[in-house]
Amino acid sequence: MTGVCRLLVVLWVMIGCMAPAVTKAGDEPEPLIPKGKGERCVEETGYMRRNHMELLKHQRDETLYKGIRTKRHSLQECIACHTVLGSNGRPVTIASPEHFCNVCHAYVAVTPDCFMCHASTPGPSDPLPFGDSNKGK
Amino acid sequence: MYTNVAYREIEGRSPQYFILLAAVSVFIALGLGAAYYMEHNGHHVTGMSNQIVWGMPHVFAIFLILAASGALNIASVASVFERTMYKPLARMSGLVAIASLAGGLTVLVLDLGRPDRLVVAMTTYNFKSIFAWNVFLYTGLFGIVAFYLWSMMDSRYGMRFYKSAAFATFIWRLALTTGTGSIFGFLVARDAYNSAIMAPLFIAMSFAFGKAVFILILISTCHLTGRSLGRVVLFRLQRLMGIVLAATGYFVVVQHLTNLYMAERQMVEMFVLFGGNVYSFLFWVLQIIIGTIAPLILLLYPRLGGNLGAIVLASILVVIGGFAQIYTIIIGGQAFPLSLFPGLDVSSTAFDATIGHYIPTLPEVLLGCSGIAVMVGIIVIAMTVLRFLPLSLSDSVVDPDHLHAILDQEDGAAEEEVGKK
Amino acid sequence: MSTHCTCIHAETCQAGPIGARSCNTCGHGSDRTSDTPVPVETVSRRCAITGALSALVVSHGVLLLLSNNNVAAAKPADQPVSRTIRWGLLVDVTKCAEGCSSCVDACREEHGWTGFGRPATDPQWIRKLFLKDRATGYAVSLPLMCQHCEFPPCVDVCPTGASFRRADGIVLVDRHICIGCRYCMMACPYNARSFVHETPNNQQPHTPRGKGCVESCTLCAHRIDRDRPLACVERCTEIGHQALLFGNLNDPRSEISQRLTIYTSVRVRPDLRTNPGVYYQGL
Repeated sequence: MTGVCRLLVVLWVMIGCMAPAVTKAGDEPEPLIPKGKGERCVEETGYMRRNHMELLKHQRDETLYKGIRTKRHSLQECIACHTVLGSNGRPVTIASPEHFCNVCHAYVAVTPDCFMCHASTPGPSDPLPFGDSNKGK
Repeated sequence: MYTNVAYREIEGRSPQYFILLAAVSVFIALGLGAAYYMEHNGHHVTGMSNQIVWGMPHVFAIFLILAASGALNIASVASVFERTMYKPLARMSGLVAIASLAGGLTVLVLDLGRPDRLVVAMTTYNFKSIFAWNVFLYTGLFGIVAFYLWSMMDSRYGMRFYKSAAFATFIWRLALTTGTGSIFGFLVARDAYNSAIMAPLFIAMSFAFGKAVFILILISTCHLTGRSLGRVVLFRLQRLMGIVLAATGYFVVVQHLTNLYMAERQMVEMFVLFGGNVYSFLFWVLQIIIGTIAPLILLLYPRLGGNLGAIVLASILVVIGGFAQIYTIIIGGQAFPLSLFPGLDVSSTAFDATIGHYIPTLPEVLLGCSGIAVMVGIIVIAMTVLRFLPLSLSDSVVDPDHLHAILDQEDGAAEEEVGKK
Repeated sequence: MSTHCTCIHAETCQAGPIGARSCNTCGHGSDRTSDTPVPVETVSRRCAITGALSALVVSHGVLLLLSNNNVAAAKPADQPVSRTIRWGLLVDVTKCAEGCSSCVDACREEHGWTGFGRPATDPQWIRKLFLKDRATGYAVSLPLMCQHCEFPPCVDVCPTGASFRRADGIVLVDRHICIGCRYCMMACPYNARSFVHETPNNQQPHTPRGKGCVESCTLCAHRIDRDRPLACVERCTEIGHQALLFGNLNDPRSEISQRLTIYTSVRVRPDLRTNPGVYYQGL
């Protein structure tokens, strides 16, 4: 599954690179990726585009089986940082095409199934901040 | 002897053939629709709940899985136990086994909460779980029976593997049914289930149900394709089914007597047997009277030997009794509440200490029926493309040397001798 | 910046003096007090509870002060949970009020298993049981949830290994590989598990829940990993019942272990030898 996802993303990137050569730039519809909070993502953007699913998958097992709850690659943190506010001023859910994940995933026609279980918006009762040990991770 | 038997595909051109395939397709479509409906809305649209977690789909699935391993025994009788008279039926027996197992597993998989994760079930295992072992046993049976069929059908290369394939198949199907029975036998907390007898009980049940299903399929196939079916075959199958049905009855008696003897299990046992509820009705009326006693008479009463009507009726009754038995085991065993604090009166904000309530819904029944449709569909299509059944099963083909007459005579002679003494 | 201890024992330890480096009960907190602001009202509430509790403790004559520097130190977020810990819960049924279902409400709010008004198929992670001895008339009520067994039947029977036991004794469901076969529900002696029968609409970020999988009490693993009290324990303590006590069963100096050595307690269905982590006192 992730292999297929990766292939699609690579194809998407390749097509994206070739696009200017084939057509005039700006003719192709491109996803307008909403900007997250803060200056930059936890990893380099290109790396995140290709590997975010691997990072999330690794982190999910670390968290579930070992209780490791570092913030750096946690889905909760992704959601918190990449919140898109709707017209009512509240974060949009995965049901909205404007949701951060949906913008790209709809473009490459890959359905993420994370949100069949996971909350797609930051919760009202976000956990207390972590202690020192988590800093910079 | 059996090498002389001419096998032939069914033609597959008659109107009946297409009507049958159309009916099968309709039922499969209905089952898929039901599965989609259940998965889309969630299982709350079924009769199943947090108290009765397994329902009608599991009754159908377990019946078909048991019937699969039981049907295979016709072939084993021919090969492992060397009763050559059954050899012309061996291919058909393997086919019914594969088809029935496929039907049962279809129902089981489509009832999962996440059927889309079938790949997970096939790749991630917890080897302490009997369920995980069953995944191997079930998928393995497809492969091993396919090999067995090849060894029977390919006279150039396959023949040399015939014996070993037959033995492997026989052992495998015993392991498989042991695994199926142990799904219940290993449940430590449920007084209705946790017992080693579940394994042999399920094996006996599989013999009986499998034979009944096989006989019904055999007779209808012969009827629809105009093949003759001799009295020898019928008579042998009739007696064989009588014996395995009696064996099933024996294990049922031992199962319930054991539970009645143990004080801690008397409650659940009294509930199922004498509770005046649907389970006690199913047990006494459908399972015991209609599903065991009546067919035993039809199968073993000497004057009815070889009587086609008696055999068909007995098979139908065994199937009905089989469904009732599995329903009583699965649903009845869950309906009785768990004993959390023995000796204390318990009530709760949930459903503790109350009898579980279950009424099967239409989608569940449709899903179950689609399993039968899958079975019939596979059999019909496979018989059109490969040679599973002899052109004729008349006495002269099945038993050209009148072996049965000799055997019967010998039996008679022995009886006479016993009588003299 | 507060230096009050915010560790899991904050409720029960002697009020940590300003500037103290560690919690008086378990010794941890020093690595997190410096930048973990605690709302003022929380501090005052905790001080009040602590005061009440310390009086209670003294009246019971339990020398909790001896239990300095016990339990494992606070687990840093990047460290795996430890096998040396066995989390457990002690329910004092004499303090559990019959008409009260605060623990159930707290759990429901924390994990978002609100249900759809269909009791038979709605999830039930924790429920209140009412017991009565017919012979003597002795009646109690108690909460029942996943018992977090050492030998959990649900884990044994799970075909994919989705049911598993974390190193520190918490029994969980990996919803990523749960296929929804419900065999664990057949196997659980405590009827502690629920099948998600409908699409949930109230998922909390820390508790993913999805249709078609089986779920049960997580012992608030997400809180434990952050040294916060369990939702049910927190609520029960807040409203003053204090019927629930959480702690490390493997540490002989933890409060739960101390209490278990002094008072008689039972587990549910001990005959099954599942060795549950939940104890009931006063039954």
